[in-house]
Amino acid sequence: MTDSIVTLNPIANGELPGHQTQLGGDTPLCLDSGAILGPYTIAYQTYGTLNADKSNAILVCHALTGDQFPADIHPITGKGGWWELMIGPGKVIDTDRFFVICTNVLGGCMGTTGPSSIDPKTGKPYGLDFPVITIGDMVRAQAMLIDHLGIEKLFCVIGGSMGAMQVLEWASKYGDRLYAAVPIAGAPRHSAQNIAFHEVGRQAIMADPDWCQGNYIPEGKRPRRGLAVARMEAHITYLSEPALHRKFGRRLQGRDEVTYGFDADFEVESYLRHQGSTFVERFDANSYLYITRAMDYFDMAAEHDDILAHAFRDTKVRFCVVSFSSDWLYPTVESRTVVHALNAVAANVSFLEVQTDKGHDAFLLDEPVFHETLSGFIDGTIRHSGLSL
Amino acid sequence: MNALPTIEPLRPDLQLIGDMIEPNSRVLDVGCGDGALLAYLAQEKSVDARGVELSHEGVNSCVTLGLSVIQGDADTDLADYPSGAFDYVVLGQTLQATRSPKDVLETLVRIGRHAVVSFVNFGHWRTRLSLMLNGRVPVPAGNQHGWHDNPDIHLCTVLDFVDLCEELGLKIDKGLSLDRHNQVRQIKTGSHMANLRGEQAIFLLHRE
Repeated sequence: MTDSIVTLNPIANGELPGHQTQLGGDTPLCLDSGAILGPYTIAYQTYGTLNADKSNAILVCHALTGDQFPADIHPITGKGGWWELMIGPGKVIDTDRFFVICTNVLGGCMGTTGPSSIDPKTGKPYGLDFPVITIGDMVRAQAMLIDHLGIEKLFCVIGGSMGAMQVLEWASKYGDRLYAAVPIAGAPRHSAQNIAFHEVGRQAIMADPDWCQGNYIPEGKRPRRGLAVARMEAHITYLSEPALHRKFGRRLQGRDEVTYGFDADFEVESYLRHQGSTFVERFDANSYLYITRAMDYFDMAAEHDDILAHAFRDTKVRFCVVSFSSDWLYPTVESRTVVHALNAVAANVSFLEVQTDKGHDAFLLDEPVFHETLSGFIDGTIRHSGLSL
Repeated sequence: MNALPTIEPLRPDLQLIGDMIEPNSRVLDVGCGDGALLAYLAQEKSVDARGVELSHEGVNSCVTLGLSVIQGDADTDLADYPSGAFDYVVLGQTLQATRSPKDVLETLVRIGRHAVVSFVNFGHWRTRLSLMLNGRVPVPAGNQHGWHDNPDIHLCTVLDFVDLCEELGLKIDKGLSLDRHNQVRQIKTGSHMANLRGEQAIFLLHRE
């Protein structure tokens, strides 16, 4: 029963593509919780070439279950990268022009230090001894990597969903270190509904006896059923009713009649079960707990007397905020709240709600209007910044 | 690839608005459409150009041109801007489609040191004649809508607009009228002639 080691073997065997850098040896990371973490490892991937004056770097921030391989074959699943539509030679984020960096977030399970990493104090996986982290901590860790790479100012920080939260955090905390910020399908804080969905997912994991109070790795177990249920539930929130209906309707799965039982009679059930079972092959349950928690704690206005605009005071960053009309997880009103706060500080901001019925996941899909807009914004930012890229 | 696209000649009313704007100023164009005026101002007058536009197509076209434009509407999405954030706030052919023109006008002169407002003059002699002869609500040329689905819900005349400015304590710095032959005339405040002869009116205002 060492399947956790087996399935995550590219990481365990040190065969992970991309780069891994140990940081925080001299100056450890001071986490929002008050805990100190260091040294820690950041796993990241890059595409394209950093130019001589290091002015063409774009940092791509991944979502809850994403990783540092947006434009690579995934080392575990063998599938294409989660943003290969967006990133590549001649694409919207053109790797012939830009140096693209994507890091696995702090708390993740693809090579960056997280709850499944070995705690140097005990020689065992951290498990629940890993400190609770926040979106701010993830960004702090990324900023240390950007320092390490010798990049003074990023051309752009871009990301969808939880990636958008990191983008907003970058713009707020490190405003002089980026020209442009593109938060997509995001929110300035997690709503009660967002927290509620995450709590169901966490409870599913913790209710699985194989979770072993977070200690499943030393016990040689994995909470597969709990994590799969968490993924199934979350996956529904990434889609929309019309998208689900179009894809599955009430069609039956490989049968002509219902079975009057609890098999996956319907295609949509079979689809969700598949989503759940493949997810557990590539994701760590404790990472899921920690990262969802980080998102729940996200509330940008909270540290500014509940006035979101104060988080962006005097910002020189050029923003492009994008939402999707059928996204009910982070609906347009959340993006509009960000836009209004940016207006209040007279920031340079563009905002587009893309009309689509594909729900939250639209940011990962082929949405021509979205891609066109983003291309125009990137070109506009090059002109605006005066850089010759 | 990084050069701004070539600018086509502006529509005559937009050109008149463009001429009122000082180079190197900060401009917000409310209802900026496909961004023609903003692109012109950015390129020809080095203006820091921002826009607000309701239609998805318009916003997409503007941002694709590299302009900074937010999707929003004049009634609900201007309130957050701080006072004096812009040198000019432009409201071209949009006032009549707002729910509350009075509030919008007040917001324009709050967030901009100047406001530039243009509208189709409902007092033009053709409009008056059309109602008298046909007995039907006149629809200005180029407007594809009927009386029941016309988004222009608050039509006004030059005299109506001047009255509203007076009521709000706004100073009119400049008034121009434009007819279908692109003839431009100065509007003298209170002039009934301008109200008869101008098909479109363009005003430069500020709060006294």
